[in-house]
Amino acid sequence: MFVRLLFLVLLALINVHGNANATAIEEVTSPSGIKAWLVRDHSIPLTAVRFIFRGSGAISDPKGKAGRASMASALIDEGAGALQSQIFQKQLQDRSIVLSFIADKDFFGGTLKVLNKYRAKGVELASLALTTPRFDLTAVNRIRAQIVTSLKAQAARPGYKARREWSRVIYNKHPYARPVVGTQKSVTNIRNRDLHSFVNDNLTKDRLLVSIVGDISVEEVKSLLDNMFESLPKVGKQTKVGAAQIPAKGALHVFSKAVPQSVVLFGHRGVTRKDPNFYTAYVINHILGGGSFTSRLYNSVREERGLAYSVSTHLSVRRNAPLIIGQLSTSNEKVAESIRLVRSEWRKMAINGVGEETLKNAKSFINGSFALQFSSSDRIANLLTILQYYNLSPSYLRKRREYINLVSRNDIQKFARKFLNADALTFIVVGQPTDLKDTNAPSRREFQTK
Amino acid sequence: MVLMYRWIFFKKTCVLIGLTLFLSAGIIRAEVFKPQLFKLANGLKVVVISNHRAPLVTQLVMYKVGAMDDPSGQTGIAHFLEHLMFKGTKNLSPGEFSKIVARNGGKENAFTSRDYTGYHQSFSSDRLEIMMQIESDRMSNLILTKEDIGPERQVVLEERNTRVENNPSALLSEEVNAAFYLNHPYRRPIIGWRHEIELISRSNLLAFYNKWYVPNNAILVIAGDVNASDVLGLAKKYYGGISAKEIPPRVKWAEPRHQSDRRITLRHKQVRQAQWFKKFIAPGVMQDAAASRALGILAEIIGGGTSSQIYQSIVVEQKIAASAGAWYDGETRGPGAFSFFATPLPGKSILDVERAIEKFIADLIEKGVAREEVAVAITRLQDAAIFARDGLYGPAVILGRALAIGLSVDYVEQWPKRLSSVTNHDVNRAIRSVFGRRGSVTGLLLPEKKE
Repeated sequence: MFVRLLFLVLLALINVHGNANATAIEEVTSPSGIKAWLVRDHSIPLTAVRFIFRGSGAISDPKGKAGRASMASALIDEGAGALQSQIFQKQLQDRSIVLSFIADKDFFGGTLKVLNKYRAKGVELASLALTTPRFDLTAVNRIRAQIVTSLKAQAARPGYKARREWSRVIYNKHPYARPVVGTQKSVTNIRNRDLHSFVNDNLTKDRLLVSIVGDISVEEVKSLLDNMFESLPKVGKQTKVGAAQIPAKGALHVFSKAVPQSVVLFGHRGVTRKDPNFYTAYVINHILGGGSFTSRLYNSVREERGLAYSVSTHLSVRRNAPLIIGQLSTSNEKVAESIRLVRSEWRKMAINGVGEETLKNAKSFINGSFALQFSSSDRIANLLTILQYYNLSPSYLRKRREYINLVSRNDIQKFARKFLNADALTFIVVGQPTDLKDTNAPSRREFQTK
Repeated sequence: MVLMYRWIFFKKTCVLIGLTLFLSAGIIRAEVFKPQLFKLANGLKVVVISNHRAPLVTQLVMYKVGAMDDPSGQTGIAHFLEHLMFKGTKNLSPGEFSKIVARNGGKENAFTSRDYTGYHQSFSSDRLEIMMQIESDRMSNLILTKEDIGPERQVVLEERNTRVENNPSALLSEEVNAAFYLNHPYRRPIIGWRHEIELISRSNLLAFYNKWYVPNNAILVIAGDVNASDVLGLAKKYYGGISAKEIPPRVKWAEPRHQSDRRITLRHKQVRQAQWFKKFIAPGVMQDAAASRALGILAEIIGGGTSSQIYQSIVVEQKIAASAGAWYDGETRGPGAFSFFATPLPGKSILDVERAIEKFIADLIEKGVAREEVAVAITRLQDAAIFARDGLYGPAVILGRALAIGLSVDYVEQWPKRLSSVTNHDVNRAIRSVFGRRGSVTGLLLPEKKE
């Protein structure tokens, strides 16, 4: 017993010695040509497979049928091939196979997570779901009812309303303005033939990215890839979307809802992942509102004044609609003060940039915390998928630190001036703010900031 | 889930309200963490889970004090103090704790439940010492100033707004809970009642801190790329010097026999979708471990996912509800609960789903579950115990939580094995004893106008 344990520990040390960033990503190609990124890890007898079809998300929803990709994600595992929904689901559950799908605005993705003893069955069921989903009428009606009731339940929450209105205002006429899950009305227009055409047009090999993590050999990965994805069509229809016209001028939109606390969303144009200033913007965002307990907004809005429980910003780096987006929730009588503080932090950063010490601390967090993504199979698989999605190479794991370290105070000073524009911020407020003017007007009012 | 873009609303600090609902994925699972347990001279329990997969560590300190220990008139104090633990100590200025964690590439948070309060950080294994140093510092050196307490009280009130006042289903749960427990302090909300949060004083907070934040009332869990002897050395160095204090005797709270079924209805202006749920008092693991295991298996059979009996019967076959399920919440210091929920299908009423679930429960009492169903559920729960090993934070919390409510390491490690011995007779006995008597509470969430 003792000897065996010692042996296991030694093996583990050899595997990951030193730096988590040295985790080896292997690029594997199956006999039929399916590619995947692989991290082998023998600590637990399981395999996690993540896959993404680029450009196959809600942007592919036909007009009047918003929510089609999302509905497909909920139905694709409700029966496939000869297996009806109940049998298919039971085969998954009896073997603890996690097979789940998700639609984003831009992509359609899935996860198979399975104990190795059930791996063959998991791959077989995943492949059936991807290639021959049934979309039986009874299942379609059942899932549609779940979507409708869930939309109705969410309507009680101000955050939901705020996100809806945010999308409308920011993306305007762009397809991104449509809610990914659709609306009560649009989902009633979706027929099972729409779901079949979604699958035929979008789940194709020309846009597939695969990441695998787990206790599996390269040879096993090769056969898994062919068993799971080989029978997908080679090509499908590409949905072309242009750039969104993100409002360049600031505005404040108030939507009345009888709740004690207002939800506030704010933001303006950001940077794409490919932008030469991406890393500078990343560090700026971290210092401004990204770093959870240490950001400037957190200190100013929460720690010093107790105005909100949560306040933060993040970068959304979609190619067609790059944004910096923030959120906070505050009592109805404190909305104006919170908004004033957001604008003031925005201006402060744009005018003064950051100090040497602040930058040093930000970099040491950004670099140090990156390795935390190697703590579980799910997180590793997620990281691999993100790297592939943004066309980064495996060497990114090594190089990222350098990219971050290259960001100088001067870069931040120069770029923040262009990037952060307090007067260009769009604010969406849902609640009954008492300290903003004109709060008794009908449901929607707009104020120009200046 | 492959979520690269997402609105993250609650990634900030601090609270876990209520225990995580535990369906199959949240339960204690075990056998394979292979932890080592030590006890320092001052009574601090130290659990080490070595996992050398990556050079990372999670530190978790659990205090065996939660919202159920809030003194009368001070609901929310355990949670309020949890927020204030991020303020200053004799050695660190307010906010410096979080700055040190961040500067060292660490991520941190904290949570308060009814039973315990936990503080945790994840970081690179070469930062273990500094993290143990600062976490041990706030075990005994906290300084609370009026300047810290004032704004933080507002933060907590905003948190209450976000979680409860702005959320009709949370408002209903709060009132259902207050009716559900006749005597046990579980009846009070973890975050506290607003009027009492407003009145909690600095001396209340310090008294609570001095009483409960002592090494002999705490568990330190270190999971990750460490070896036990190093951890033990550091634990002695940083935590070992903190003096033990006598922990005052705890009230042995118990529920009297419930005589009535109760019904709580919330009609709310914001509600568009009716929702129904019903809770039964059930034994918690500390009261009856065997019954608790049986109820965990029952929840898996009747309520766990789309293959479960409730979903199959009420959603798929009868087409009365859009969604429906059940869960058991029994990993608790006090009494457990077994709950059912359902959302009516468009065109069906809340009374239709209620009748269908009541019928389901009556059939369950009469017919019980089959041996084969029990066997499948046990296998799935044992599979879940393997998945549970995948990570550092998850295992740390499972062990920390178990010890905090009074279970042993052995209970966790042997859990999958002990499940195997549960029979359908055990499950059926538990069904009769939980559902075959009065004392339930039904909650109805309804739109303001008549349905």
